[in-house]
Amino acid sequence: MSARTRELLGLVPVSLIVSAGFASVLATRTREVSDATATYGLVFLGLCVFGHLFIRSRLPDADPYLFPLSALLAAFGLVVIYRIDAELAREQAQWFVIGLVFFCATIVFLRDHHSLERYRYLIAAAGIVLLLMPRLPVIGERVNGAFLAVKVGPVQFQPAEFAKLAIIVFLASYLRDTADVLVRARSQPLALPQQALLVALPAIAVVLVITLLDLGTAAAVLLAVFVASLVALMRERPSLKHFGPLLLIWGLAMVMLLFIRDLGSSLMFFGGFLALLYVATARLSLIGVGATMFLGGATYFANNVSHVRDRIDIWLDPFSRKVGLCPGNGEMTPFVDCQGFQIAQSLYAQAEGGLFGQGFGQALLETPAGATLLPAADTDLIYAVIAGELGLFGAAGLILVYVLFAARGFKTALVANDGFSKLLAAGLTAVLALQVFVIVGGVTKVIPLTGVTLPFVSYGGSSIVANMVLLALLLIVSDDARKDRRRVQGGIV
Amino acid sequence: MRVRTAGASRAGSSDGGAPVNRQIVQLFGLSLILFATLIAFTSRWTVFEAEGLTDDPSNRRPLIEEQRIPRGLIKAADGTVLARSEPRGRGQARTFVRTYPAGGLFSNVVGYSFIERGRAGLEQSRNADLAGEEDEFGTIFSQLQSQQREGADVKTTLDPGAQQAAIDALAGQTGSVVAIEPQTGRVRVMASLPGYDPNQIPDDFSALSTDEARPLFNRATQTSYPPGSTFKVVTAAAALDSGKFEPESVLDGSSPRSISGVPLANSGGASFGAISLTDALTNSVNTVWAQVGEQIGPETLLDTMQKFGFGQDPPLDYPGDQMLASGIRNSAGDLVDAEGGFDIGRVAIGQGGEEGQTLVSPLQMAMVVAAIGNDGVLMRPRLTEQVVAKDGRVEDRIQPERIGRVISQQSADQLGVMMSNVVEEGTGTAAALSGIDVAGKTGTAEVDNATSNQAWFIAFAPVDDPQLAIAVTVERTQGQGGTEAAPIAKTVLEELLE
Repeated sequence: MSARTRELLGLVPVSLIVSAGFASVLATRTREVSDATATYGLVFLGLCVFGHLFIRSRLPDADPYLFPLSALLAAFGLVVIYRIDAELAREQAQWFVIGLVFFCATIVFLRDHHSLERYRYLIAAAGIVLLLMPRLPVIGERVNGAFLAVKVGPVQFQPAEFAKLAIIVFLASYLRDTADVLVRARSQPLALPQQALLVALPAIAVVLVITLLDLGTAAAVLLAVFVASLVALMRERPSLKHFGPLLLIWGLAMVMLLFIRDLGSSLMFFGGFLALLYVATARLSLIGVGATMFLGGATYFANNVSHVRDRIDIWLDPFSRKVGLCPGNGEMTPFVDCQGFQIAQSLYAQAEGGLFGQGFGQALLETPAGATLLPAADTDLIYAVIAGELGLFGAAGLILVYVLFAARGFKTALVANDGFSKLLAAGLTAVLALQVFVIVGGVTKVIPLTGVTLPFVSYGGSSIVANMVLLALLLIVSDDARKDRRRVQGGIV
Repeated sequence: MRVRTAGASRAGSSDGGAPVNRQIVQLFGLSLILFATLIAFTSRWTVFEAEGLTDDPSNRRPLIEEQRIPRGLIKAADGTVLARSEPRGRGQARTFVRTYPAGGLFSNVVGYSFIERGRAGLEQSRNADLAGEEDEFGTIFSQLQSQQREGADVKTTLDPGAQQAAIDALAGQTGSVVAIEPQTGRVRVMASLPGYDPNQIPDDFSALSTDEARPLFNRATQTSYPPGSTFKVVTAAAALDSGKFEPESVLDGSSPRSISGVPLANSGGASFGAISLTDALTNSVNTVWAQVGEQIGPETLLDTMQKFGFGQDPPLDYPGDQMLASGIRNSAGDLVDAEGGFDIGRVAIGQGGEEGQTLVSPLQMAMVVAAIGNDGVLMRPRLTEQVVAKDGRVEDRIQPERIGRVISQQSADQLGVMMSNVVEEGTGTAAALSGIDVAGKTGTAEVDNATSNQAWFIAFAPVDDPQLAIAVTVERTQGQGGTEAAPIAKTVLEELLE
């Protein structure tokens, strides 16, 4: 069976999800049948078939599972959004059309993804500009205290979604060239006394600092790991000048944290950066230095910058009944009904799910009086809706689809022919997986809740378009790799 | 900047590809760990800690959810609807609100259920049935059948006619009537006055809850009244069952008499001389029954009391926070045991002091006469007859349940004859019915520094085949048990037995 036939068969479950989902949502609202309803589903399925045919003609050797997996996620999202608000589902379906246009355009114009390498600094600059745009006057938009969106005329978009692609492309290209010179093993190992000195001196220094400054456990561990990683790094031969751009990335993550107030994207970018750094250099010491610098910076801000500290407080105890002045309504309100409202409601909604959920269309999103019970149900908290309506099994099934997507994405990186392709595929996959972790982890209180979308599932134009481009890039890399392999080996799974 | 050719790419992969691949696999491993963490936390909230989240006071979901479910009906024994849910609004905004067609007739016993005021009474104790609560698998089953969740109907044992008779008879007074079927434990009447109209709860709750007459307080189950001479029945049961006394046992009924070093007088200072226990009950002779109490001792009395159900919440299908255990309580309000050092003589006649005083609820006294009327066997009192699902399936049929033997059948028979005399020729003649033998006992406890009385009458009837046990009490009256409470009992007995 050819790869494309497998891809077509992979769309069968997608059509089942769409039909079953829409049918069950409609069944719960027998009194409010609207004629346009099922058409969204049909339009969506038509788009899927079109996408498949397009891939068949342009990228015949690309991975057969990535597209159906994305379509499955999107179908899932469309049904849930339809259940939340039929009008939003119509818009979401329109965004899929636009996303598909970008998907096809990427494939048509980017015949060879290696050409991206030529523009890597331009792409990096574009990424940084995109990230900073929401902070600009006039076009910048503030969402829940974070500067996440840009509004030009009627069009609002979230530049971070596109910036993540730009940054990954830049890093893949930059690290492919510099990984070998970034850290080199010494041709001759250091002499034993030198080695001993290199370990002993920093160790003493760390112990002294910890005791003298009376650091807490977390800070002590951070410092120890940081210095240990640094020492490990120094035993090799790091090239300081090549670290410049990497420090820039770290600085950027910190700026995002402080300036854009976007903890989620910050975590996502820096995580993607560390992942790529590790894939390229295989040096855990680098990751140790990077991760401790990030955590150290975040801890410092958490203690000294109020909006970061608020996020941490909310995360640690959203259910606090302490009464205080609520900025939202200007009244004295218990913490849980003000700052902690979103995450507390998210957890309450999930608690109703149980093992199997309440069924599509059953979860409460607002009170009978019409007040919001689950804020941002279509975007940030869509996972809470899914957990409430489909239960643990449904939510775990959704996570499993992401696992399969990640597996195919990393598989693409494995079979890719050259360093850039490998790093690009691994980076794109890693950043998508991280995005899932950041938002689902936020909704389930693993980490502080931040406003990023659940890829392919959440409502949102920027998210869909950016992720469709991400998918196109992965498929281009995959097609390139598998085409070569097929020529050489005469076939590949 | 180099532009890579296909050849260069392949060369790149052949020398440096394998180590990079190892890192990619490790990265995939890391993402598996992260995804597993997400699933672990999702299971934490959806399953393992779900109950705690649902019960969190800040979580309004259960309340809203509850509004969306039509609660089942509450019906009287004859099918009269006592509580029903009516829809308000349409579509997603549709909610159900409780209405009570019988108004204040069964106010305290049926209770109420409103989102803003919570629940009370049967609405509270039968909530799981009325709200149609299902387990996880039941939920799936109804989802597959796409059924809307609906509550089951609760049919009670209550009799509207007799309840109305009790309320009419008590009208204008503060008090309570409880009537139980001795052989089954079915509660036919449970009245508490003043009551309230449950339909007014949403609007008038704060006024009702601060009202000095305490209409929200169920006087049938939550009260600790001094039982007065009705408690002599319990003492008599303990005495006869101990084997030390017979109905014909003769004691000295002169008044006053020193009990625990303090003189005790009979009602009106009447002095009786040598008198049998039967006559001492008929005339409610304090000094005789105080002596009986002293002779059987606190342990025997407490043992019999415990078998009657004293010392713990009545085993009624009613909320625990709306019931109070009857028993001997000290001045701090705590239940005391035989070592409490209370004045056994005065406790035996329904009085007491700081170390211990007999305090009872009408429900407990009804259980006492019910057990005596049922040959000495106590049945579990109950308000629910059966629970019927919306599809007509009987989910639960409550069968009569024997709690245990309190006294021997012989003692019960003897006590029944003694109590018949009370109604035939003693203090309880006002409860006498034409054609039906009633066995009863009056009680009058002085309260508020002897400025007013707690009037009591407890009875069962007919004596040879008891169909009904009843306890009536009237708070703060100037009259006696025989004049105030006994006529009320007569009215209710007539309504239920004829």
